Amino acid sequence: MSQHSTARRVAALVGASALLVALAGCSTPAATGGPDEDIPGISDDTVTIGTHTPLTGPAAAGYSSISAAATAYFAYLNENGGVHGREIEYIVKDDGYNPANTQTVVRELVQEDEVFAILNGLGTPTHTAVLDYLNQNEVPDLFVASGSTSWNQPEKYPWTFGFNADYVVEGAALAQYAADEYPDKVVCLLGQDDDFGDEMIEGAELALGADGLAQVERYSVSNQDVAAQIGALKAAGCEINILATINGFTALALGTAAQLGWFPMWFSSSSGASYETLVEYLGADVGPKLLQGLVGTNYLPAAGGGSEWVSLFRQINDEYNDGAPFDGNTVYGMSVAYLFAEALEAAGENPTRQSLIDAVSSGDLAGNGILPLSFGEDSHAAYLGAGITTVDQGVQDYIGTTYAVDGGTVTTVEPSPVALSGEGVPGS
Amino acid sequence: MTRLLPSLRGIPRVVVFGAVLTVLAIGGTFLLDPYRNFQLATVAAYFCATAGLTLLIGQSGQLSLGQAALMAAGGYGYALTANAMTDAGVTGIPRFLAGMLTAVVVSAALGWLLGLAAARLRGPYLAGVTLTLVIAVPAIAAVFSGVLRGDQGLQIAYDGVPRMLERLIAVEQWQAWVAILVAGVVVTGLAALTGGRLGLRMRAVRDDETAARLNGVRTGRVKVTAFTLSSVAAGAGGAVLCFATQSVSPGAYTLAFSLLLVVAVVLGGLGSIGGAAVGSALIVLLPWALGAATAALPLPVEVAQRLSGNLSILVFGLLLIVVMLVWPGGLASLRRRRRASAPTSGSATRDGGDPRTHGVPEATLSRDVAADASAARADDAADPADEHAPPTDDAADPADGAAPGHPEPVLSSAPPTPHRKR
Repeated sequence: MSQHSTARRVAALVGASALLVALAGCSTPAATGGPDEDIPGISDDTVTIGTHTPLTGPAAAGYSSISAAATAYFAYLNENGGVHGREIEYIVKDDGYNPANTQTVVRELVQEDEVFAILNGLGTPTHTAVLDYLNQNEVPDLFVASGSTSWNQPEKYPWTFGFNADYVVEGAALAQYAADEYPDKVVCLLGQDDDFGDEMIEGAELALGADGLAQVERYSVSNQDVAAQIGALKAAGCEINILATINGFTALALGTAAQLGWFPMWFSSSSGASYETLVEYLGADVGPKLLQGLVGTNYLPAAGGGSEWVSLFRQINDEYNDGAPFDGNTVYGMSVAYLFAEALEAAGENPTRQSLIDAVSSGDLAGNGILPLSFGEDSHAAYLGAGITTVDQGVQDYIGTTYAVDGGTVTTVEPSPVALSGEGVPGS
Repeated sequence: MTRLLPSLRGIPRVVVFGAVLTVLAIGGTFLLDPYRNFQLATVAAYFCATAGLTLLIGQSGQLSLGQAALMAAGGYGYALTANAMTDAGVTGIPRFLAGMLTAVVVSAALGWLLGLAAARLRGPYLAGVTLTLVIAVPAIAAVFSGVLRGDQGLQIAYDGVPRMLERLIAVEQWQAWVAILVAGVVVTGLAALTGGRLGLRMRAVRDDETAARLNGVRTGRVKVTAFTLSSVAAGAGGAVLCFATQSVSPGAYTLAFSLLLVVAVVLGGLGSIGGAAVGSALIVLLPWALGAATAALPLPVEVAQRLSGNLSILVFGLLLIVVMLVWPGGLASLRRRRRASAPTSGSATRDGGDPRTHGVPEATLSRDVAADASAARADDAADPADEHAPPTDDAADPADGAAPGHPEPVLSSAPPTPHRKR
C-alpha cells in the first residue's frame, strides 16, 4: 500500500469510531421506575410475575414440583375469574440451585420480562444473591421459599418477605420436641453450610442450651457425598439427628447411614421432610422402611392429612397438573400461590408495587397455615411457629404438638388452622 | 489493521488495536438495553478467563480444568477486600481498584503455585491436579466458612454509577463499561506478551520440550509464567464478575463451569484470542437463546421443564462434536479459511505459503487480534513490509515440523490446512 493514504485511513478509523460512539450516545436507555410510568407486569387483563427455582441440579428432584403446583393453582384461579378480572401469568425460570444462575435469570425476569413481582424464589444461597438487587430496584420480592431470617429485615430489605417458618423456629421446635419426648437421648445436627444450617443450630441451642448438641456436622450442596459427616455423627454416639437439609440431602443422609448399618432417629426441617419426595429418592422398596418414624416440622396443611385445603389442592392437581404425584411440595406450591392471590386481591383494583407491599405488611392476610401469619409493619416473617409431623405407615401427618418461638423462648401453643373459604379463590 | 496502519508493528499495534476495540465495545453498550448490557458484562468477565485459558492450552500446551477455581480466587479476593474497604469507609473507584489488585495478586499467587506443580507434570496428571483444585473450592469455602461464608458465599456492597455519569447511563451499562475496560486491559496485555518472545518460547515448549530446551529455552520457567499469566486473567475475570453481581459463591465456580470454559475455548479455536471472545459469547448467549426459544414454543409444561437447563448442555455437546468434525480449528478458523481461499496472488511465491494459513496455534496472538479489521488481505502478502514481520513463524517452523511427536496430540488441534505445501 502506498504511504500517502495512511493518514487518510487513520482519519477514517478515528472518525468512524467517534461517530459510532456519538450516535450511540443518543440512544441511552432511560432509567427505570418513575412513579408515573406504566407499572411493570400489569396490563388490563394480566398480571405477570416470575420466579427462580431449581428445575435441574442438586435440588431439582426435591423442589421442581413446587413451581408446577403453583402454576396449576394459577391456572385454576384464572379459570375462576382471576384476581380483579386479571389473569396471573407465572414465569418459571430454572437456576439449577446455583447463585450465579439466579442472578442472571432474576435480572432477565425483571428487565426483559418486566415482571410485577418475584414470587417464591427458592433457596437460601440462591436468593441471597439477588436480595440486594431486588430491593435496589424496588421489585416486590414475595414469599421467598426459604426460612432464612435474612428475609425478615424490614428496615434493610423493605421489599422482601419470607414464606417458610424461620429456620430458628424449626430448629427450636425439633429440639424442644426431642427434649420433651426423649430427654435422655444424645441429640446431634447435620446442616447445610449456609444460613439454613447456622440458624437451625441457633434454634436447636435455644431449646437445648448452648452445649445441647453433642455433635454438629456441615455439608456443602456442591458435594454429593456425606459419608464423612454421617461417620462422624455415628462415632459421636448420636441417637437423634436433627437435619437442616434439603430433600436430596435428607435422603442421602438416611441412605448413607443405612449403608453403615446405623439407624438413629431423624428429625428433619420442613424443607427436607417431604415424605413422598424422599420415597422417590430412596426408592419405593426401601424408602418407606427407612422413613418410618421420621419426625418433621410443618406449618401448612399436611399432604397426608384430610383438611379441606388438601382435598381442594388434590382436585386442582388432578385437573391442572396432569395428576402429578401429590406431596408436601404440591401443597407448598399451591399455598404460596394462594397467598399471593390473596395479597394481590388486597392490593386493590389497580395494584401498584407499593400497594402490594402495603397489603402484605397490613397484617390482614390469612394464608392457609396451621398458625396465623406473622406479617406486619415490623415483621416480614410468615410463620413464627411450627407443628410436629411424623411418618407412620407411609402417612405423614401432624401429631398435634405445636411450638412457637417468641422473644427467644420456645413455647407450646395450640394450632389454629385457617379454614378454607370461597373454594380457594380470594375475594369470591 | 496492517492495512489500516501498516507502520505499526508488534506491541504498539496490539495496544492500539486493543484500545480501539475497547472503545468500540464501550460505544456499543449504548445500543443495548440494561439486560443485554448485563450479559455483555458477563461475556467480558468470561472473556478474561477464556483468553487466559486459550493462551495456556493453545500456546503453552498445558491443559487446565481449574480455570473456574482461579476465577473464584479472584472473586473471593475482590469480595474480601471490597468488604474490608467498605468497613473502612472507602467506596467507589478506590475500592474497586484495591479489590482488583487483591484479586490479581491472589490469583497470580495461586496460579504460580499451581504452575510450579504443572511444570513437573503433563497430560492427564496435570489435568488431575487442576481438576482437584476446582473440586476443592466448595470444601475450602466450607472449611473457612467463618471468612468465606460457605455455600452462601460473600456479598459485597453495591457499586452504583459514578455521580458525573448518573444522568447518562444505567447501572448495568456502567457495569458493562467496567467489565469491558478490565477485559480490554487484560486481553491486550496477554496478546502483547504472547505476540513477542514469550509467545515464541511457549509455542516451542508446547511443540517439543526437548528441542526447546536444546535451544536454550528454560521450559520450566516458561510453563510457570504461562500458568501465572493465565491465572491473573482468570482472577481479573472473577473480580469483574463479583463486581457486576455483587456476590461470589462456590456454586458459581463448579467443575461444570470450568469445563464450560474449556468448551468455550475449544469451540472458539485453541490459541486464538478472537476464538476465546466468540466462545465466551456463546456460553453466555446460547443457554439464554435456547431458554427463550423453548419458552416461545408451545411445549407441554412437563417437556419444557425437562428441557430447561438440560437443553443447553445437549446443544453444547452437539456443537462441540460438529465443530470438531467440520472445523477442527474451532470457529476462529472459519475466518482464516475464508481469507485463505481468497485470491492470494503473492502468497504462493513464498516458501510455506501464507503464514496465516498455518493453523491455529501457529498464528501469533497479535495477528489474531489484528485480523478482524480487514477481511480481504490479498494484498498483505505482497506488502514488502510484511517480510520482516513474523520472525516468530519462521523460527517456530522447525518445531512445527516435529508435530507428529507432539506430547499432547489432543491439544495440538492444528486444523488440516489444505493450502499448506512443503
